[in-house]
Amino acid sequence: MTISVESCGGASGAAMAPDVSVMGEGVLKAPVQQGSSLRDRGAGGKRRDILDLGFEWLTRSVAFLVLMVLVGIIVSLVVAAWPSIEAFGPKFLVTTEWNPPMERFGAVIPMYGTIVTSLIALLIAVPVSFGIALFLTELAPVWLRRPLGTAIELLAAIPSIVYGMWGLLVFAPFFGEKVQPLLAVTLGKLPVVGKLFQGPAMGIGLLAAGIILAIMIIPFIASVMRDVFAVTPVMVKESAYGLGCTTWEVVWNVVLPHSKAGVVGGVMLGLGRALGETMAVTFIIGNTNFLSSPSLFMPGNSITSALANEFGEASPGLHTAALMELGLLLFVITLAVLMLSKFFLARLARGEGGKS
Amino acid sequence: MSTLTSQIEFKNFDFYYGKYHALKSINLSLAKRKVTAFIGPSGCGKSTLLRTINRMYDLYPEQKAEGELLLDGQNILGREVDLSVLRAKVGMVFQKPTPFPMSIYDNIAFGVRLHEKLSKAEMDERVEWALRKAALWDEVKDKLYKSGMGLSGGQQQRLCIARGVAVKPEVLLLDEPTSALDPISTMRIEELINELKNEFTIVIVTHNMQQAARISDYTAYMYLGELIEFGETDQIFVKPEKKQTEDYITGRFG
Repeated sequence: MTISVESCGGASGAAMAPDVSVMGEGVLKAPVQQGSSLRDRGAGGKRRDILDLGFEWLTRSVAFLVLMVLVGIIVSLVVAAWPSIEAFGPKFLVTTEWNPPMERFGAVIPMYGTIVTSLIALLIAVPVSFGIALFLTELAPVWLRRPLGTAIELLAAIPSIVYGMWGLLVFAPFFGEKVQPLLAVTLGKLPVVGKLFQGPAMGIGLLAAGIILAIMIIPFIASVMRDVFAVTPVMVKESAYGLGCTTWEVVWNVVLPHSKAGVVGGVMLGLGRALGETMAVTFIIGNTNFLSSPSLFMPGNSITSALANEFGEASPGLHTAALMELGLLLFVITLAVLMLSKFFLARLARGEGGKS
Repeated sequence: MSTLTSQIEFKNFDFYYGKYHALKSINLSLAKRKVTAFIGPSGCGKSTLLRTINRMYDLYPEQKAEGELLLDGQNILGREVDLSVLRAKVGMVFQKPTPFPMSIYDNIAFGVRLHEKLSKAEMDERVEWALRKAALWDEVKDKLYKSGMGLSGGQQQRLCIARGVAVKPEVLLLDEPTSALDPISTMRIEELINELKNEFTIVIVTHNMQQAARISDYTAYMYLGELIEFGETDQIFVKPEKKQTEDYITGRFG
């Protein structure tokens, strides 16, 4: 029995009908359709084509709209800030003076305030969030996990102005009376670091603002950490327990390396929020544009609180332009943080793809 | 059987998941430096029984054991038992390979560091010893500092066995160690188990009856939380005493 195999690679339909009679019995015949090619879909197909195309354009234009808004904001920021950029050039970034009457402006103090308060917030919030996430995923009894997790997420729902008022009226007096004197006689006595914890205990200031920020970003960092801790495979954790690890050793050596990229993403999310937070910080940072000592007890200013405080009364001209340039700077800083977090999140995704 | 020393002994052993009575009055004695297989249909409690030997259930507060479980004559169910010491004596390998997110070398050294303080040279020696025991040394000796995640599934599972062996336990618990592996890797693991039983007491849970027949010295057949029959593997597979066991083994049920 011979089986002839015709190669039907041509585009012409007629050549695609093989002579099936030469095939023996029992050989499966491929059904050959004639007359209707794959391209011809009739009227219904055409309508679907139009719908498809329309939908594609709709989604594309929505996506590009967002991009255009972003570009528009950047452009208008640059345009509005131009007089200041022209007048001060790169010196804007290294000048400490902020003097509206004399029209001399430098970004050092607000930039310093923004970065320092955000760093303090991270320094406090990251370990606390780590502890919360660790407790919620590994240690807490099951019945406690949901209510406690929800409570922490609710912290994120409190409006920032409420944090600000609470910070100014409740936290700052307590902080100035009880905590700052204690810090001054303990940490303040240390060499080098001590310089950060000296001076008048007024309650409000950079440190107090950092602490309030920490409370505000803890729910974000903690819930991201909890989620990424929870995806560590149970079997991998059990393997570590099976070798004789304690809970701490399992978390530190297995869970954390497994989820480190996600943890970094969560920290970046918190940092981004801390950098941009306005109301709460404005209430408690002190809002002065002088910085006479490196002490964290001193009042200062942040980019966002400078904008919030001065924009209303800024005269058009160099003052407004300088404020605009501050806004542009914050935009750049936040963008850098966001890109960093995207970078780490992409690494997380790649890491997950690599393992199975 | 009188010449064999028993290493693990269950006496009137019961186990509960919350209110669910998962293991019922188990009496069983496992011989030292032999391979014992637990077989039975899914949900019969064979994995549960295995996981009591290193008290893995301790991680889950709703699970509890009653009765006696002796390791070398000592009851290990008491509160005063140091779990870290117990788990150094009783190693475990899981259904799927579970390498830690670290280098091959550190995967092995990690467990050892928990229990012993070794110099760099001693540690190098121990890592090589463990990898040789797991028949993995030749394949990984040139990439010890690369991630353990980059190995094939079969290699990863042998890495996990090496990790367990490196701590120098007395007992190795294998919970369906080849269920996620291809036939060639499975064969290598089975050969490995055959080697390892000269030094370790091995308890293996398996769904694969041919595997139990090939590698074990003793077999325990379980059903619905009860130990139905226990004996030498040849006897269990050739002429089981209970009808139930025979039905399962011949494939009429299960």
